[in-house]
Amino acid sequence: MHDKTARLTTDEYTQLAPVVRLLIALLVSVAAAGLAYVVLSLPLVANGLKEAVAEHLALSGVSHPVTAVLLNFRGYDTLLEMGVLLLALLGVWSLGGIPQQREPSPGAVLDMLSRLLVPVLILVAGYLLWVGAHAPGGAFQAGSVLGAAGVLLLLAGWRPGARFVGLPLRITLVTGLGVFVVVGVTVMLVGGRLLEYPPSLAGALILLIEAAATLSIGITLAALFLGGRPETRVHR
Amino acid sequence: MSNVVFYALTGVGLFTLGLYALIVHVHLLRKILAINVMGSGVFLVLVALAARTQEAAPDPVPHAMVITGIVVAISATALALVLMLRVRAETGRATLPEEPLG
Repeated sequence: MHDKTARLTTDEYTQLAPVVRLLIALLVSVAAAGLAYVVLSLPLVANGLKEAVAEHLALSGVSHPVTAVLLNFRGYDTLLEMGVLLLALLGVWSLGGIPQQREPSPGAVLDMLSRLLVPVLILVAGYLLWVGAHAPGGAFQAGSVLGAAGVLLLLAGWRPGARFVGLPLRITLVTGLGVFVVVGVTVMLVGGRLLEYPPSLAGALILLIEAAATLSIGITLAALFLGGRPETRVHR
Repeated sequence: MSNVVFYALTGVGLFTLGLYALIVHVHLLRKILAINVMGSGVFLVLVALAARTQEAAPDPVPHAMVITGIVVAISATALALVLMLRVRAETGRATLPEEPLG
């Protein structure tokens, strides 16, 4: 254990000569100056797409502009983003099982704290999900709070039972992307374009997508924290 | 100097600091952290530029892009960390090997 730590600390230092490092610093400074010039040359007042968003906000089904952009006007970005999240988890799982490491015992404080905090975090996630329609909040904020609750449970030594890590876990992970795709394709079949919600139903559809996405994001983030594919059956 | 320019320039600074650390450091954890600092710089520039509107409310489109970007950055970081652990398990070092893995 001791020499392993020693080797890691020697790895941390750069193997580059000081002259090379100075040269890199100079080149990076030139790049910084270029970027700063670009930032300074931008106009100081620019409304961007703010007016376009405000004009169509009434049709989006929600009254908070960021949620309207995320789930209606640029819903395609959010759909692909759910795909990226799932893809990252697939990548982590494909690299093998949960890494074997000694688990330090959580201690009474962390144990007690997780018991107190996890119900509150779940409640906060539900509130953030609901409030996202008209104030800052939404699926990603709620999902990350849910993910934090999961990480807290994992830190306190809790592990999902073998019954849940098989099909139930996998279904929960793909629910967010699945509901999003089903809604997007259904509105296309009904007569719109992909992800073009009818204005009368937009609010309900966005809440449905966000609820499914919150659950999937939370569970995906907690599963990413595990660092590997959980075993579905007992080791042979 | 307005707040917008100050925050945007801070973002540029974070991006370049991260870029320097990404090139100079050998340890993969430091490279992953450097990429995250670069990403934070980009997000700061986007949020700063979104505040250039005439009224108080900022442009919501860059904000939505930043939220999307944060989630993608978290996913990529998690995958990178697991890849780093795998490299360490295979080679015993958390650095990229000079020659390809056999």
